[in-house]
This record gives sequence, C-alpha cells and structure tokens, in this order.
Amino acid sequence: MYETQYHRASSVQDAVKQMEAAGEGKYVAGGMTLIPTMKQRLAAPSDLIDLRHIGEMQGITVSGRSVRIGAATTHHDVASSAALKAVCPALCSLAGHIGDPHVRHMGTIGGSIANNDPAADYPAAMLALGATIVTNRREIAADDFFTGLFETALEGSEIVTAITFDAPAQAAYQKFANPASRYAMAGVFVARRDDGDVRVAVTGAGANGVFRHGDMEAALVANWSPDALSNVSIDASELLSDIHADAAYRANLVKVMAKRAVAAA
Amino acid sequence: MGVEGIGARVARKEDKRFLTGKGRYTDDMSVPGMKYAVFVRSPHAHAKILKVDASAAKGMPGVIDVLDGKQLLADGIGNLICGWMIHSKDGTPMKMGAWRPLAHETVRYVGDAVAIVVADSVAEARDAAEAVVVDYQELPVVTDATKALEPGQPQLHPEAANNLIFDWELGDAAATDKAIAEAAHVTEIEIHNNRLSPNPMEPRATLGIYDNGDDHYTCYTTSQNPHVARLVMSAFYNVAPENKLRVIAPDVGGGFGSKIYIYPEEIVCLWASKRTGVPVKWTSDRTEAFLTDAHGRDHVSKVKMAFDANNRIIGLKVDTIANLGAYMSLFSSAVPTYLYATLLSGQYDIPAIHANVRTVYTNTAPVDAYRGAGRPEATYLLERTMETAARELGVSPAELRRVNFIRSFPHQTPVIMNYDAGDYEASLDAAMKAADWNGFAARKADAESRGMKRGIGMSCYIEACGIAPSAAVGSLGAGVGLWESAEVRVNAVGTIEVLTGSHSHGQGHETTFAQLVADRFGVPLDSVNIVHGDTDKVQMGMGTYGSRSGAVGMSAVVKALDKVEAKAKKIAAHLMEADESDIVIENGELKVAGTDKAVPWFQMALAAYTAHNLPAGMEPGLKEGAFYDPANFTFPAGCYICEVEVDPETGQTKIIQFVAADDFGNIINPMIVEGQVHGGLAQGIGQALLEGVHYDASGQLLTASYMDYAMPRADDLPSFQVSTSNTPCPNNPLGIKGCGEAGAIGSPPALINAITDAIGNNALTMPATPQKVWAAAQAAN
Amino acid sequence: MAKVTMTVNGRQVSGHCDDRTLLVQFIRENLGLTGTHVGCDTSQCGACVIHMDGKSVKSCSILAAQADGSTITTIEGLAADGELHPVQAAFKANHGLQCGFCTPGMVMTAVDMIRRHQGQLDEATVRAELEGNICRCTGYHNIVKAILAAAAEMSGARVAAE
Repeated sequence: MYETQYHRASSVQDAVKQMEAAGEGKYVAGGMTLIPTMKQRLAAPSDLIDLRHIGEMQGITVSGRSVRIGAATTHHDVASSAALKAVCPALCSLAGHIGDPHVRHMGTIGGSIANNDPAADYPAAMLALGATIVTNRREIAADDFFTGLFETALEGSEIVTAITFDAPAQAAYQKFANPASRYAMAGVFVARRDDGDVRVAVTGAGANGVFRHGDMEAALVANWSPDALSNVSIDASELLSDIHADAAYRANLVKVMAKRAVAAA
Repeated sequence: MGVEGIGARVARKEDKRFLTGKGRYTDDMSVPGMKYAVFVRSPHAHAKILKVDASAAKGMPGVIDVLDGKQLLADGIGNLICGWMIHSKDGTPMKMGAWRPLAHETVRYVGDAVAIVVADSVAEARDAAEAVVVDYQELPVVTDATKALEPGQPQLHPEAANNLIFDWELGDAAATDKAIAEAAHVTEIEIHNNRLSPNPMEPRATLGIYDNGDDHYTCYTTSQNPHVARLVMSAFYNVAPENKLRVIAPDVGGGFGSKIYIYPEEIVCLWASKRTGVPVKWTSDRTEAFLTDAHGRDHVSKVKMAFDANNRIIGLKVDTIANLGAYMSLFSSAVPTYLYATLLSGQYDIPAIHANVRTVYTNTAPVDAYRGAGRPEATYLLERTMETAARELGVSPAELRRVNFIRSFPHQTPVIMNYDAGDYEASLDAAMKAADWNGFAARKADAESRGMKRGIGMSCYIEACGIAPSAAVGSLGAGVGLWESAEVRVNAVGTIEVLTGSHSHGQGHETTFAQLVADRFGVPLDSVNIVHGDTDKVQMGMGTYGSRSGAVGMSAVVKALDKVEAKAKKIAAHLMEADESDIVIENGELKVAGTDKAVPWFQMALAAYTAHNLPAGMEPGLKEGAFYDPANFTFPAGCYICEVEVDPETGQTKIIQFVAADDFGNIINPMIVEGQVHGGLAQGIGQALLEGVHYDASGQLLTASYMDYAMPRADDLPSFQVSTSNTPCPNNPLGIKGCGEAGAIGSPPALINAITDAIGNNALTMPATPQKVWAAAQAAN
Repeated sequence: MAKVTMTVNGRQVSGHCDDRTLLVQFIRENLGLTGTHVGCDTSQCGACVIHMDGKSVKSCSILAAQADGSTITTIEGLAADGELHPVQAAFKANHGLQCGFCTPGMVMTAVDMIRRHQGQLDEATVRAELEGNICRCTGYHNIVKAILAAAAEMSGARVAAE
C-alpha cells in the first residue's frame, strides 16, 4: 500500500469538507474492496475519509412497502433485518450471499454500489428494484446511476447516503459464482410489481457492467413464468469472456439464472 | 496397544499451541535490528537485463541497501541446482541451464528475482523496489511444453537445444510394440495433467542472520528439510560452510512439496544479511507464491493400452511431455521419471510397458514435486485409460480391474518396482460396498427425475512411498542418500527426547513419534518430546516428503529405541541382580519376568546418569542414535469411488459421496491417518474440479491470486467416507507404508471418471470447471 | 502517523503507526500477537480473522486507524484462565487442524458462526459459513465436525444453564 492519510468523518457534512480539502481523496466505508485494492497498489488515494462512524448513514427503515437503507449499513445488517425480510426477502438473501461472513460484517451497501464492480451483487438489485440512490446533493434513479465498469454518476465529493425503493410484489436473485473469487459470473435479479411491470437486471456477465435485459422483461411481463424466457436470446457479444467463462457460457448462465430467479420469486 | 501407544487415536500434543495462537512460524520470528526485504522481480517472461539502476531507490526513506545479481555473482554465490541426474536414452546427461538466485543477464519467467531491497519496513522496501529501474530487452516467449519442442521456438538456455532437457525412456519398447500389434483391442487416449500451485496456507518466508563475531549464519526458513537446505546452501551455493550455517525450520504451515526446495530467497537473504550487517526477513505474499513457488504436474501424454481377447492388459505404451518451467528445480528431474514411469504398472499385471518422457524448458515457474509427485500423473493416466477401456470393451470398470489385478507378492513389474505386499481386491470390495455401488442405478434414475445427471467413477491407485533405499536411488541418479536418522535421549529423570531428521509441517509427528516411545516403554506421552527442524539440535536428516516420515523416519526411531531398550535392560538387570534376558518393560517399569521385582523407568534412568552402580565397563548415560536406510519403497494402494451429480444447465458438479478404501499397512494413529487422507482427497478433488495454473501467450500468470486460482473451499467438498484394510509392509520394522499423498494420488481419476459417466462424454480435461462440463454435456446431447 | 488506541483481549493498548498500517500488522508487529496470520493478499483466506466489536472481521483488510477505539479479540484472547474455549477443545478432539496456520482464523470464525446461529448449525450451513476461510490441510472434514461438536456442546451448555 502506498502512503495515505486517514481521516474519520463525524457527519456527512464533515466528510464532504474533508474530501474537498484532500488531494486525491477517497471515501472508505467497510473498505472490503478499497483496502485490498490499495494493498495491491492498484489504488493510491492521498487521503481516506472514513464514513463508517456516521450515524445518519446507518440503519434500515421500512414503512409500508417503502424501504430506506442507510448507505453505511453492512451486508450483515441488511441480510438479517426482519423488517426488510418481511417486504423484500430477496434483498436480504442477496446481501447474505455477498462475500463471506467477515466481509458482510464490514462491507456496506453504499460502498458496493459506489464502487460498481461489474461482478458485484447489489447493483443488479438496485436496477431491478428501480431504486433511488440518495446522495448528499440529489436523488439519482438507479437506471442513471450505473454508467460503466466501476463508473457511476457520482461526482467529486458526492456521497451516497442512502438508497430507497418500494418493495416489489415478487423478487428473487440467483447467482452463479466464479469458482475462484466467488463473485457473480452471472447474477440475475428479477422483480415484479403489482401492476405487472417487470425488471430484470444482470450482473457479473456484462462487458460494460450491470445491465437490464429488455427482452427478458418483455417476455416476463407477457407471462411471468420461467418458461417465458426459453425463447429469449441473450446476446453473447455484449458479455465478458475470461479464463473461467466465455461469453457463450455466460449467456447460458444468464438465462438459467433468470429462469431460476423467476421460479424462486 | 496402550491408550497412548501404537494404534491409539491420541489427540495431538502440538495442538494447544496452534489453537491458542502460540505457534511459531518463520514470519513470527523477530530479532533485534531486523530489517525487511522485498524482491524486485521480472515483469517479463523472457528478457535480457541491460541495466539495473538502484540509485533512486537507495536514497528512499528507510532503505538500507539494494543489491543485485552482479554483486551476488561477484561474491561467489553459486547457481541453484537440480540434485538428481537423469540421462537421456542416447546416454547424454540432462541439460541443466544456469539458475542464478538473482538474475543478472536474462530473466526467464515472470517473477524471476533481479534484486533485493532491504529497508526498515516492508512498505518502505516495496516503495523502493518500485523505484529500482531495470532496463529489459524483451525476448520471445514460449509457455507450452509441446510447442517449446518445435523448431524455431524461443530458446531458454543455450545448453538445451529445442528446450529439451532430456529424452528418457523406461521399459521394453520392442515387447510393448509387439503386444500392441497383436492386441485384440487397443485403447488410445491423450491425457492432460493440469499444472497446479501447491498453496500451503503459510507463504514461504525466511530470516537470514549473519553474526560477524563468529562469522556464522542462522537461517530461519519455511522448509520441509532444513538439513538438506543447509547441505545444499553450503556445498553448492557457497553461502557458508556447514559448521557456520544453522538452519531452523520452526513451525511450518504446510508444504505439500513446495517447501522441499531451496529457493533464491533463502540464499539471497543470508548473503544480504552479511552485506548489510542487519538481519534480513522476507515473507512472500500470495501473489509471489503463485509466481515463484514451484508448481506441480503439467504433463501431456499419449497412451496406448493393449488388451487380449480376455480383457487382460498385454502392453502399455506412454509418451509424455513434462513441462519443467524456466529452470530445473531441486528434484524436478526425478518427478516425471523415477517417481512416475515406475508406477505405470499400477495395480495390474502388465507384461510389457514402455514409457518415453521428454522434459522441456518453458517461460513459466519451475515445476517440481507437489503432493504425490509423479504418482498422481501415473495414476490419472492409468485410471482414465482403464475407465475408457472398460467403456470401449463394454465391461464394468470393476470387472476390468479385477481381471488384471496383481494377486501374488512379491511382484516384479517391468518398470523397476518390486511390490512387496497388497490386496487390491480387498480395497475394491470395501470401496464398492461402502459406496453401495450396486444401488447406483436407482440413484441415477432418481437424479434423472430431478433433471440431474448422476455418475459414478472409480480409481484403483498404487504409489511408492518411503523414499528410498540410498544405494538404489544413487544408482538412478540421486545426489543424496534417502535414509533417515534419529536420536533417543533418556534424561536422568526418565523423560525422553527424540530427535528426528523428519520434519512435521502438519503431519503430527510430535504425537505419532511420541506414541512409538510410549508404546515401547509404557511411559506417559507427556514425558516424551519430539525435537526436529533445527540443524544445531538434530545431527542430520533428509526431511519429510514422499510419505517417508513413517516408513523411514519412524523406522530410524525404532532402531534407536532398540538400542536404548537393550541398554536399559542391562542396567535394570544389574540393579536387580537378574539376567538381562529376563527383563521386560511394562507400564513404565523394568520387571524381572515371573517375579515381583521391578525398577521404575525413571530410577533406571537416574542410575544411568549417576553411574554409581552400572555394569562393569558400561558408559554412563542413556542416549542412542540410529540411521535407517530402507530396504525397498513401500506400496500403499487403495480404491476410491466418487459419485457426482451434474447440473446439465450450468455444468456445476456436486460431489454426492466420496469413498476411500486404503491399504497403508500398520497404522500408528488412525485419527491422524484419516486426516491425511481427507486433506489429500481435497487436493486431488481440487485438481480435478477447480485448480489450474494459467499463463497467457506472453507468459503472464493469469491465476496469480485466489481471485482466479480456485482453491477448494468447505462447500466444494462433501464429508468423506474413509476406511483402511491393511496388509503390513514386510520391509520395515513397524510394517507401515505411508499415507500422506494417497488422497491426492487416487482421487482425480475417480472424479473425472464419475463426471464423464454422468454426462456421457469421455472428452473432458482437468480442472472440470462448470464451463467445460457444460460444454462437454452439450456436445454429448 | 496515526495514534491508535484499542482494547485488545481485555487490555487497553495504544500505539503509533503509519496510516497505511493494516490492523493485522498492528496486531502482529506492534502488539506482538503473532497468532493472527496472513495467508493471502485478496481478503479470501481468512487466516487473519479476529473479532472487532464482537463480530468476525478480516484484519488484513482493515487499517489499524479504522479500528481505533474498537474492542478486539484475537486467538490469544479466547482461552480463559488457561482453559481451552469449547471451540478450541473441539478442534483438538476432532483433529480439526494439521499445520495450524489457518487454525486461528478458523477458530475465530467458528466462535462467531456459533454465536450468530445460536448453536443451531447443520453441516451444509457450516460449510457455507466457511466460505471466507481456506484450509489446505484438512479437507475441511474434521473442521466441520469440530464446529458441529462445539456448537452442540455450547448450545447444550446454554440450555443446561437456563
């Protein structure tokens, strides 16, 4: 790790102030991606501003079907929230399968979506749930938030403070894990609303990161069943290829995971 | 058997320190004034070094010094060597290219060390290592061994034309060709044995300490054989004479072969300690481990197995290309020859065998012994071929094996080995019964109703352990003898220390070796301490690898115990005025048989040291040493059965059950033996299902971390069903054969045979990743 | 330089270190508690698992400065009064360790796992919960057995106490 200066922020306002004073600063919450990346000297922030102790970024609020999750809420706390489980168990299950128990004790939902790793799980949920990303400056629709590999709509010192969404009628997430890293090689989150609207988001497979799949959504709007996806084609040319899975295999996995998610929802 | 003696399921003496965080591994060592090393490593797989400029690095914060390969050469530090001479079939010796501990002219794989930075902290050393400017002229690269043999490919070492290290053969080519020509059926198959990274959880580390007062060096290192490290560093690398070099391998966190070898880092840290005047510690990170720890396997073989009309094997022809990487590691030449081709008879009575092996340099990490070393390659080749033949011949895999089993012993194979004992059918029967082989059809039907493809596969393995009779291996090219030493010291209060040249890095020697003593003298296990891993304490030893600690190391202990027992009986007989032939040792007492006369063990020991009343002419004290040189290899064998379900939609393989029925000869501690089998199975299953080292065409390692190299995790594996049915080894005093590698040797073919059975496609290579299995299942439809 | 204060194994400790110092380095080098190990660079092997504020975490992926003010338990702090913790005892009784290098992380993971599941564990759950801990020696067989045995004993003991 290169040299860095650590700062602990006491509030969102304090964090922004510290970031603006820093040279090449970065926010850190759980640090479960950032610290390993810094250890490998692939990131070299001059300053680290720690958001983990900011009270206003913690916690889960559910009122009716409306959900608000503070950005510094850990995966463990999302996975084990009874209130959330009552309205959107799919998101609890997703959070309960990120990384491992130790990573889930530190890693946060805000950190995950702000990093937008193409194999991370949360971005798929955010897209499929039609979530809103709340920052210290504005609210951004998930559809506008994830802009490419490790790229988001966040600017400068902007901080994700919370995410909000209305719980869907049915939802599920299925992932096929990379045998080595255990990140998603293909993960599909499906969500269906009472009005029949369906969103399908895919992570781990896209060459440009998380994406929605319009054809699968249309097929499922017409017929909410796994079989409805049988004739949908998944374009392999837009998918990742690596030593673990080529694009054709990933295309297969996307469809299989989507079917299984619909079956599980 | 007593509660703590031979055969007892004793909990381990060493566990408490490991469970409470008090283990002492090399990286835990700290001495006053100690500084930290980071190596500057080549980012290129093949390049000329034009210049190493450390001027900027030397001025950075905390930096003590930066040293390079030219300085190392100037100080007379020697080349790394391969210690086993193999001659090609034309009689020429193997072509060993120079391996410098720090390259100064040419780098030949990504990770090749170029310079060492010594600084106040690891972070500062790493900062400075990045500032060392190495001017490289890149050269063309070859990573695939078959390709490296072709004309026009990049040449790694001037000594080895077409990168061929040796072209070696074993067996009778004419007889084998004749058998193939006359066969009723010939099964032909190409076998790939995937390259693996050993991955002990403790990364390699070393602490080099030079004391200028005594002109003496101390080397803490993660070694399976500290005495061999001292010998080689002294005799070949000119680090220091043996009497000026102490090597200590304290607690070592797993080895699996990769910590047999003496790597550049130990040598360079010792040298750097003298050059800088400070103790120098280096600890590998995991990426360095993937880049520089010796890899295992990496064979490609063409196989022809000939059968007569009764399905009896009449000939086996094998043509193997083995990738040895950029340099010849310490035992690299022995692995694909005498540890491989000599096992190609398997459990079968095969009248004619011929193996040809070509070893090749490539721009990849050196390849050497990894758990099993040659024997997994032989077993995988044979057992995949047997399975393929059974399918082609339309007979059951068990039947084909039964027809061909060796049934009388000793049995001389056509490939050197003389099997001393075994009962292969007993293991096969035990495994089939434990796996409920006969109920498989019903289970398969049930799986089909759930949309899953179920398969079952077996593997009947044999291995040669207890390496090895020194004269025999000497005649085959080994540079060392492969005996073992032991010393038993009875203290004046009767407690006992056993010094052994074997080295425990997880095997539990502190318990099992002590069980031998408890068994012999009836003393409590707690009164026995096992001392190992320090060249200042143990006189000499050859270390632990090749499942040799039991068969060879324990046999040396037994020989020393014999001598102690004889002297103890003499002392006791003298004290009790009895005849020494009437003395028996039971429950910690030396008794006169048939009387109530007895001397407690401690009293006899005290008498030995007070020396007030010893038999005339007897020397005081009670301490005996012994060297044991085995008469033969030992031959553990067994049958493994694996049952899997494959999800045809994803290619995901789930292991439903894994049965191991082994013959290890007599067993000292069944709990520890089972643990060894479990661990071996996990590594074998890892090879078959998950693990594989991948280089790209430019020689960059694509699997340089756990993000890309798939290690077996708990949820990849089932609980195992293990059992033993034992035929004692007739060639060592304890009748033991060894158990450390069996699991890794026998399991890969059982798993691949099961998966190919499930998907109905025999064309599948290891590791059988979901993508490969899915594609093979698709192709079969 | 960061000044770091934390409670480690019941004792308050302070130290100065570079801001870039990892918690595991602080524990091993500043505090001399070498039972916590480092087995990888990518936060996967779990040899470094400790408890921070009562939860299992990977000390190789946290800066010492991030842990300032926290309460830490390492493997050295688990056995009380020289008696092995039930999880440690179960690892010994079931031969759940060989080389011992992954063992501290495994034990700390197991203690956390049993706590979160209130002792109600089955084999599949234990195996899934071990995703963040790699062992190369045991094939996990006896680790799983040891954790199940410890969970049974600890929940039995709790029932008996209630």
